[in-house]
Amino acid sequence: MNKQASQEGLSPYAWLLMGVGVLVTALVCISVGSVTLPLGTTWKTLLEAILGRVPQEGVAAPILLSVRTPRVVAAGLTGAALSLCGAAMQGLLRNPLADGSTLGVSSGASLGAVLAMALGLQIPGLPNAGPMVMAILFAFLSLLLILFLAYAFDRSFSTHTIILVGVIFSMFAGSLISLVIAFSGEMLRTITFWSMGSLAGASYTQGLLLLIALAVFGGFLLVRGGELNAFAIGEENAHHIGINVRRVKLEALVCVSAMIGVGVSIGGTIGFVGLIVPHIVRLITGPNHRKLLPAATLAGAVFLMLSDLLARTALSPVELPIGVVTSLIGASTFVAVIFRRRKRRAA
Amino acid sequence: MMLTASHITLKYGERKAVADVSFSLQEGQWLMVIGPNGAGKSSLIAALSNTRPFQGKVTVRGQDIRILPPRPRAQAVGVLAQHQALHYAFTVEEVVRLGRYAHRNGWLAAHDPQGEAMVGQALQWTGMAELRERSVLTLSGGERQRVFLAQVLAQDPAILMLDEPAEALDLKYQKTLFELTDVWAAQPGKAVISVVHDLSVARRFGSHALLMRDGKCLAQGTKAEVLQPKHLNKAYGMDVGAWMRTLALPWAGYENGQNGNNQV
Repeated sequence: MNKQASQEGLSPYAWLLMGVGVLVTALVCISVGSVTLPLGTTWKTLLEAILGRVPQEGVAAPILLSVRTPRVVAAGLTGAALSLCGAAMQGLLRNPLADGSTLGVSSGASLGAVLAMALGLQIPGLPNAGPMVMAILFAFLSLLLILFLAYAFDRSFSTHTIILVGVIFSMFAGSLISLVIAFSGEMLRTITFWSMGSLAGASYTQGLLLLIALAVFGGFLLVRGGELNAFAIGEENAHHIGINVRRVKLEALVCVSAMIGVGVSIGGTIGFVGLIVPHIVRLITGPNHRKLLPAATLAGAVFLMLSDLLARTALSPVELPIGVVTSLIGASTFVAVIFRRRKRRAA
Repeated sequence: MMLTASHITLKYGERKAVADVSFSLQEGQWLMVIGPNGAGKSSLIAALSNTRPFQGKVTVRGQDIRILPPRPRAQAVGVLAQHQALHYAFTVEEVVRLGRYAHRNGWLAAHDPQGEAMVGQALQWTGMAELRERSVLTLSGGERQRVFLAQVLAQDPAILMLDEPAEALDLKYQKTLFELTDVWAAQPGKAVISVVHDLSVARRFGSHALLMRDGKCLAQGTKAEVLQPKHLNKAYGMDVGAWMRTLALPWAGYENGQNGNNQV
């Protein structure tokens, strides 16, 4: 590999290290819980299930295969998607405060899910999928509305307009959510808990949906590292060096929205992952998106799997909302990292 | 013909920043765009590079700039813009290497030895080679200007557009910049358009000039035709020659080892 190519992307060594990190974290998260099992047992059970053999009798297999594994898989994929979206949006909009929710699509998706819960919407043939389907539908409708408004306000699709429209739409959707909650009666507790985010009861189907979204839309973002570098330096500069600014921006926004829509539909609104994880990763990899995007994706997976582990074990048997855990850990980790960096620089 | 601009008008709201400007540029020419503040010089560059919507028509090597796809457009026209605000700690080399984007088409084009040579050359020319690993956030204004100059040189466009390129540069790099641009414009298939404030630079370098005021073109042609008192005094609303001589006077005798005549 020539010098330039190795400088631009993650080295094979870094890929290996992070891949192993993700797998080990997943294994630990699957093993630990109300019943903690040795890592070896977990590994053996998973391997047997993957190879299609009938697992041994006992309490381990059903817990591992039906409950914990789909949940850990969903946590990892959601974390990866949220973090990737955050990293891409921070570069695209050249704004360190941006994340997947900046565009307002996550608020739209939440509104859909909350409406489904308040009205008790059911989808024929898909039990309990009402909120999920409505969230995806509303995410899509929100994206169309936001892009239409941004284009109507400013034909050039400027970054400022997109952020402004996103913030206004988020507030609007937020007030509608409050309105729905005010009239939701006995569904109040369910809605409130959902809005804080939870991956309890995640299924393999949901995991598959997340995987498809991450592979298709996330994959698209991952190969746009060079373009996002140019956006992070400046949109006008991106135009001058030959990037199709409007097209790349539109494509990236659609990809982010699709992933956020699917993510919200499965785990609710999980804050902070998309904001903080890319920041911490950027401190290590630098701002080059060819390194930052894959590293943030894998780090996001690790971060959310560990946050979910903490959410279900810290005050067991009571389960904490995962959004609360991500915010607590994320904020304190970020402050610690910044302080350590300052101290090292001063030294 | 390298570039033809016909009846260019660029508006901000109702205000015409550029009003019906037409000119053409041939291979080997270096056009100096001059004029007072607010004359529309940078807006003209924005129109010529299709950075902002404009009325009229710009053709580059016979092709309409509006329908030219982004990559071929960037191969034809490279712009060094004013004021580059930076937010993230990219290295100097990462920013300069982005200049090769237009020449790297497709995923398999990452291996680009010729491009790497251009990047190295551009870093050398601009004196940034030793700072290639430095974060752009730690650089001074002049050094940042040199990074983006290196980027546009690495881009290797047919027409180089420089918008007040010397603004933040010290004397050494002003000299390097203009001498380098002179060599650049003399290469086959190249031409330069630059916005400059320093009329001494416009007199010393460049082959042609376009004088603007209030968005309109007051004079255009060869340097000798445009840089005349009747045009300059009207554009700037002052005796330009007298002021330039006043500035040059303290340097008389400086070469002879005396401290020059600094008491004017």
